[in-house]
Amino acid sequence: MPIKLPSFRPRRDVYPPDLWTKCPSCGDMLFNKQLEKADRICPTCDHHFRLSAAARLELLLDPGTFRERDAGLQSVDPLGFVDQKAYPDRVATAQSQTGLRDAAVRGVGAIEGQAVSICVMDFGFMGGSMGAVVGEKVTRAGEDALAERIPLIVVSASGGARMQEGTLALMQLAKTCAILERVRAARVPYISVMSDPTTGGVFASYAVLGDINLAEPNALIGFAGARVSAGTISQELPPGFQRSEFLFEHGFVDRIVNRRALRAEIAGLLRFMRPREVPVDTRSAFSPIGSFLSQVVGAASGGMVGASGSSATNGERDG
Amino acid sequence: MVDRLLGRQDPKDGNKAAAATDPKSAMWRRVQLARNLGRPRTLDLLREMADEVIELHGDRGFGDDPAMAVGFARIEGRRIAFVGQQKGADTEENIRRNFGMPHPEGYRKAMRIFELAERFALPIVTFVDVPGAHPGPESEERGIADAIARSIGLMSRLRTPIIAIITGEGGSGGALAIAVGDVVIALENAVYSVISPEGCAAILWRTAEEAPTAALAMKMSAQDQLELGVVDRVVPEPGEGAHADPRETARRLRSVIIGELDRLGALTTDELVEARYRRYRMLGPYTEVSAPDVAPPPSRGLADRLRDLLDPTRWSMGMPLPGSSRRDEPPAHEEV
Repeated sequence: MPIKLPSFRPRRDVYPPDLWTKCPSCGDMLFNKQLEKADRICPTCDHHFRLSAAARLELLLDPGTFRERDAGLQSVDPLGFVDQKAYPDRVATAQSQTGLRDAAVRGVGAIEGQAVSICVMDFGFMGGSMGAVVGEKVTRAGEDALAERIPLIVVSASGGARMQEGTLALMQLAKTCAILERVRAARVPYISVMSDPTTGGVFASYAVLGDINLAEPNALIGFAGARVSAGTISQELPPGFQRSEFLFEHGFVDRIVNRRALRAEIAGLLRFMRPREVPVDTRSAFSPIGSFLSQVVGAASGGMVGASGSSATNGERDG
Repeated sequence: MVDRLLGRQDPKDGNKAAAATDPKSAMWRRVQLARNLGRPRTLDLLREMADEVIELHGDRGFGDDPAMAVGFARIEGRRIAFVGQQKGADTEENIRRNFGMPHPEGYRKAMRIFELAERFALPIVTFVDVPGAHPGPESEERGIADAIARSIGLMSRLRTPIIAIITGEGGSGGALAIAVGDVVIALENAVYSVISPEGCAAILWRTAEEAPTAALAMKMSAQDQLELGVVDRVVPEPGEGAHADPRETARRLRSVIIGELDRLGALTTDELVEARYRRYRMLGPYTEVSAPDVAPPPSRGLADRLRDLLDPTRWSMGMPLPGSSRRDEPPAHEEV
């Protein structure tokens, strides 16, 4: 039986940050190792801590099924951007800290036996910001989903577009939204999972466009940061503003899902949304009235704008 | 901020900028010009260049957004659909028009017109002049991100020609939502950026005072955007700038629009849509390195842990170390 000795040291109120994490929600001190084991969910209050890309993939995919693709994509410095630090130095620092090449990891894997094309983001890499590499990985994930006719899953964790790449980062919104339009037209399902945080240009492009939008509890999800809102328009922000529950209430999230249930939830949804086997193109070919009409319209408009395709587009969309 | 939205500028500042010739002041002067209160807006330009303008209203879901003007117009016999943000010419009008910052219903109204244009084979001309989409709570409640993303997606596949013209401020997602085009044109003193220079400076330099530095670093001028390939064509402004001679500005834009309408009209719809898709598919450079691994994150061995025990500085909450709580820092980038 151990004897309890009186302690002469003051009660420890400082914890080494690499061993302990304070839960921002309930204030409990959590031992990091146990937190990792608990999928980074606070055992007391269910607060969801941010997850690395590797941990996310492990959590979602069947063990050993992940095959990474495009691991070699790396950011360049198109603007020669220097703030208090040069952009290439920031990238190098982030790389050595995270062991990642950029803020997203993509590849193919399986969720309960169903093959998926998946792209996950890592907030630890420069705030998960989206530059050309992240945009490219999301786009290629969409292209693979399209080519292999397997569902597309994107897990977002990002502060938005990467300022250091300027408007070229902004153009990634257009690039990713464009591939998602093609994925949608081809009837390949896309599930977007929003984790803490999903803001700015990432939210306003692929994250919000899921056929199904899932969100982790209490994740920060919004377009303009609270500081921007408060700075531009001096208006009181409602409590719980830009949290998952706020978005759920306003109809932009289908389901708020606890991280531990996410895998089963996605698998369940995918059983309802199988990619259609029939290629869509056959539909427009079997639409004699549509093509007849388009010929008439095409002739009437003097061939200025080829209207022949618009009936096909409408056909694709109403499915 | 209010000063900035109203396009006011400190006269002292203006003189200084005019006198100085260093790139930073020159860039900042352009930003000021792009925000100039006297700059011609969407409806002003159309009234000058079109023979007929019919404005249309309402998104059919929530309301009519006065910050976004849409409708039909006829320019030298060519029928078009137009969409553009509309800032006000004075404070009163600016308040009514929300300083040209559209709410979700503005973008949904734009999408309505895009689909109409596709259905009736009208080419689309958009006029982009926006500090950013409206960032308030009601904007978030009604899904500003959703409206922007859907508008971008819709424009990427519309089967009709699209000419996008940045006439003033090209402010981030709120601009891109109506600026996906077969050809993107910018007026000489227009600017285009991923975040406002003030916002960028506040995040990366920790003070909005550094906005001119941020503006220069982001290469937001029309000429820079042309070199980056984001903009295809820059139209020179008359004299001091577009605000000095709106009529001449409209005249120059009109001839550019007519030329582009004729050029794009000669392409087949399939070619057009595929070329537009390719244009955005190619934007944003990256490299592909063969070695797939970067250095692994520093793993903490026994020696490190022993060293920690001996190092008193590690026993404080002062500096979080990489790999520990870094994932729970507040987001570094707040706006796009």
